[in-house]
Amino acid sequence: METLLNRYRNITVLLLVIFAQLVLIAVQVRNDQDVRMVRVWSITAITPLARVLEAVRGGTSGFFQNYILMHDARADNRRLQADLDRLKMENQFLKTEISTADRAKALVAFQQRTQSRTIAARVIAAGAGASSRVVFVDRGSGSGVEKGMAVVTPDGIVGKVIAAYPTASEVMLVTDPEFAAGVVSQKNRVVGTLKGQGQSTCKVDYVPSEEKVEVGEAFFTSGDDRIFPKGFPVGVVRVVRASSPYQEVLVEPSGLDRGLEAVLIVLEGVHQAIPEVAPANAPIYLGTPPPPASGEQAVQPAGPVGTDADRLLEKYRQIGAAENHKFGEGAPGTKPPDFNIKVPPAGAGADAATPGRGDAANPATVQLPAKPSSPAPPPRGQ
Amino acid sequence: MTEYGDRYLVGNQREQVSRFRARVMLAVPLAAILFQVYVPRFLEFLGYLELPLLVTIYFALMRRSQIGGLFIGAFIGLAQDSLSIKQPLGMFGIVKTLVGYFAASVGLRIDVEHSVIRFLLTFFFYFFHQFLYWVLARGLLGRQIPFEIQLTLVLGLLNAVVGVTLFHFLDKLREPA
Repeated sequence: METLLNRYRNITVLLLVIFAQLVLIAVQVRNDQDVRMVRVWSITAITPLARVLEAVRGGTSGFFQNYILMHDARADNRRLQADLDRLKMENQFLKTEISTADRAKALVAFQQRTQSRTIAARVIAAGAGASSRVVFVDRGSGSGVEKGMAVVTPDGIVGKVIAAYPTASEVMLVTDPEFAAGVVSQKNRVVGTLKGQGQSTCKVDYVPSEEKVEVGEAFFTSGDDRIFPKGFPVGVVRVVRASSPYQEVLVEPSGLDRGLEAVLIVLEGVHQAIPEVAPANAPIYLGTPPPPASGEQAVQPAGPVGTDADRLLEKYRQIGAAENHKFGEGAPGTKPPDFNIKVPPAGAGADAATPGRGDAANPATVQLPAKPSSPAPPPRGQ
Repeated sequence: MTEYGDRYLVGNQREQVSRFRARVMLAVPLAAILFQVYVPRFLEFLGYLELPLLVTIYFALMRRSQIGGLFIGAFIGLAQDSLSIKQPLGMFGIVKTLVGYFAASVGLRIDVEHSVIRFLLTFFFYFFHQFLYWVLARGLLGRQIPFEIQLTLVLGLLNAVVGVTLFHFLDKLREPA
């Protein structure tokens, strides 16, 4: 050590003297911001080192966190995956609940809307056997259910009760080969007999070949079987094959479209009308405008005008006529007409003689579609 | 450096080390500093003479001691700084410390008795002194001062001429061996 110091004594002394004078300068001198140079130099000398140290520390820490401590990430990954699976299951459950709630809501709405007296039931089991087209519902004779009652949903007929037990009932679905019901097509009122085939589709028997049945046409119950009231949806025609003497018509039952969870058992059926098919060129009905607000001068159009702009134009025309003013004439700066004067509404005195708005004589209104015929009297008993 | 070269340039180092009396070592630098701060008041053109630097170079070359040379430079430089109002203490001190150190280092290796060598060394160290001061002023103080090379070279020649003459005079003040 001593040899080393002797060897570099001169340069060491030089560096010490230089350093001492640098300190001397640093203590004296201030920069343009009145900060001593010793502080500037110290910070300038320290901050790069601090930056390097921080970079090394950050890199080391990041290295440990990103690579060495990966087992935490794996644990987190497993936990998050488990959470994801659980949330997926919860999501699916909630979706099912929402679907069930929607169906129940639709069922209640249909139950309130239909004129037939119904009771809601829940499908609790299916019949044994792979080809079974029978289900059990949780309403039985204790709830007034009897053999032969119709089972429907808002989407269409489901089947009929073939056995009523005290707490449950057995329902034969429309797809059962032994099932039969009277049906009628919506468009051409073609009457037939719906029969199950043991498949997803049913066939409509006894449709003469000269009758016109179209694919996509809907069938409704005809009420002839004394089980299903008239007017309940049955299904949509999927296949029509010409044959003799009867056509082969296959119908996809609409009551089973969305699965079976809740159904309605028709305790007392009431026939209802089969809805008409709206023609493509059906007239458009324009609703009557709202009544004028209190205090507002109701201005009725004198002619066949119906929009607010027309009525406003007519009002201004009357104001101009009352003041002998012709719009579009007169130099700029001349006195305009007084738009605040009250003018009698057009045709006010003739209201009693002329038909009111919405009347068929008023061109602003158009004819309404024909109302459906009143439903047939309900059948009593089965 | 070969053995012959060493002998030619350095000779007997112990025999060539010049010694000065203490009062000479004190008075000459003070006189040089006094000259620089006083005479230019009356003869402005003499302000270009860097007598403190010339004295530093001379004593460092002749004493052939690096530590001695750097202390001489530090002493003269700090004294020069202390007499400059706008000059922070240490600027000339650092520059002349380095000049003294390197001049002594050169004096250890070559024969500095020859006038041509002295002229060249003085010219070189003057340029080195001015350049180093410019670097320090920019680096440490942030002063954006220009460095005029041509003027520095001309003044270097002038100071070298004056330096050779001054060195000849200062040789008279050496203690006899």
